[in-house]
Amino acid sequence: MTAYIIRRLLYTIPIVFGVLLLTFVLFTLVGGDISLEIAGKNATPETIEEIREEYGFNKPLFLSWDSQFINHFKSALTFDFGRALDREPVLDKIKRGVGPSLALTVPMFFGVVIISVSLALVVAFVRGTVWDMLVVLICVAGMSIPYLSFILFGQYFLAYKWGLFPVFFSPDLAMASYVALPVLIGIVTGLGGNLRFYRTVMLDEMRNDYVRTAFAKGLNTRRVLFKHVLKNAMIPIITRVVLAIPFLFLGSLLLERFFGIPGLGYLMVEAIGSRDYFVINAMTYISAILFVIFNVITDICYALVDPRVSFD
Amino acid sequence: MTEHQQTIKKAPKGRSLWQDGLRRLVRRKLAMVCLVVVVLYFLLAGFLYVAEFFDWQVGPIRWAEEVGESYQPPSSNSIFGTDIFGQSVLRKTLYGTKISITVALCASFISIAIGVPLGAIAGYFRGFVDEIIVWIYSTLSSIPYILLILAFAVVLRDKTLFGHKLAGITSVYLAIGLTSWVGICRLVRGEIIKHKEREYVLAARSYGCSTRRIIFQHLIPNVFHIVIIDFSLRFVAFIHAEVILSFLGLGEADRPSWGAMINDARIELSRGVWWQMVAATLAIFFISLALNIFGDALRDSLDPKLRVQ
Repeated sequence: MTAYIIRRLLYTIPIVFGVLLLTFVLFTLVGGDISLEIAGKNATPETIEEIREEYGFNKPLFLSWDSQFINHFKSALTFDFGRALDREPVLDKIKRGVGPSLALTVPMFFGVVIISVSLALVVAFVRGTVWDMLVVLICVAGMSIPYLSFILFGQYFLAYKWGLFPVFFSPDLAMASYVALPVLIGIVTGLGGNLRFYRTVMLDEMRNDYVRTAFAKGLNTRRVLFKHVLKNAMIPIITRVVLAIPFLFLGSLLLERFFGIPGLGYLMVEAIGSRDYFVINAMTYISAILFVIFNVITDICYALVDPRVSFD
Repeated sequence: MTEHQQTIKKAPKGRSLWQDGLRRLVRRKLAMVCLVVVVLYFLLAGFLYVAEFFDWQVGPIRWAEEVGESYQPPSSNSIFGTDIFGQSVLRKTLYGTKISITVALCASFISIAIGVPLGAIAGYFRGFVDEIIVWIYSTLSSIPYILLILAFAVVLRDKTLFGHKLAGITSVYLAIGLTSWVGICRLVRGEIIKHKEREYVLAARSYGCSTRRIIFQHLIPNVFHIVIIDFSLRFVAFIHAEVILSFLGLGEADRPSWGAMINDARIELSRGVWWQMVAATLAIFFISLALNIFGDALRDSLDPKLRVQ
């Protein structure tokens, strides 16, 4: 077991290396020296030189201990991402944004999972009927409406027109009140794809022999569904749930932008607008690390839960 | 010989995977309706290219023209009213089709061109080559998709590549294409691993076919239906990605696109100007719905093992 965990952890090293290589190629080789853009139009050569010095654009790319390549790795491995374009340390910005982002994404995520799994069970209960087809149709239709339209119309009607929720974030509001509407919109948009996925999982499970046995024993549908099918369907559900957790830290780019919630998504949108490669780089790296860690956790959980998974 | 015996002697004519799938597909009325909708969108986009090339003065090409006063609500005159500059929203929506279809098509081509050969090579050769390719796509897939696309789009924007400036939609479809090949690469690799032990590959090898011929003439055509199924569904994601990128200001700047229209509508909605928003939403909704339903039907027809129902 310990050997398995160690081996699994060793596998993450090339992935982290790859992510760093990719961000280096993207932001340093392709992105290049952006000191002119940082300095603005009327900058003196001295200012530009200072900026080059600060961000290390004047250092050699490779082949030196003080090269941009080595420094890129150093800063990532020590989690020291320097300063963003507005002179605030990148890490402080990120730390500040995690709270509001999680306040938005965690309730949204659990709302979506709980509602769609229970609805999927109900749909599996009435499979093959008109209701089933109707639910699938609504899901597909929901998936086809652009995310932006959900947000804009939700904000316009529920908050602006009918005044059920505050339209915009403001610091003196209670968290529950400004997060409520974005969470609601997030749940509605997420429902289509998720419900369809969980429905497929349930129906795949229904085709197994043990379900036939259970029915043959004379159990009623409710008992088969909740006692037998749900337990077995838990494995794909848990995988999907655990692997979605790292994405919760990212916040929701568009929801945060529309409702002015100062989370990580908002930070990202701002960074895109001002072409702040340093923030985007740090966000990319941190979310990749989180993803890798949760991937290892999922694999270990699998090995613990499912006796068919071997430790090789 | 009697007539009866004659019919027995005739060997039953075999149907290929494609013929078989097509027969099943044509029987689905809803899927056929959806196909018509998708084809209409493509025809419109193609027509706009032709019209622009020959400089035909049809409506959508003249989207920049003022047709009335600013913010005219929908009327019998113009179905979707006018925007702030008095331009027809209907024309802008129609023109946006061209942008969206172009981006989604180019992104699909790029990701198929990268993903399919890489997946086939990894699955066929295994060993060291496989490990490198798996490493590359594991790396890409460990970064959240939306972040990856945004990072590519931000960096590629206004860069010069081979003396060609990456303005507007070029950087958008490059960003989407370069990041979206992972899924298809993984699928093709898995399928090639299964297929390469089949008899037809052994037969090809015993004829003395070169490895390249086996991969590109024998293996890839036999797994290509997976690519088509995958992309009929992925196309929707590409269209939505283009909308989000344009909305964030990373897309086409000078010409109307659905994302830019939604971005305009963000401010207009509070003034009660809803038509631009509705027009863009409907345009996206119909092609997405049609592609989603058609893609599902295609999957069910071509690959009964993957059947969802």
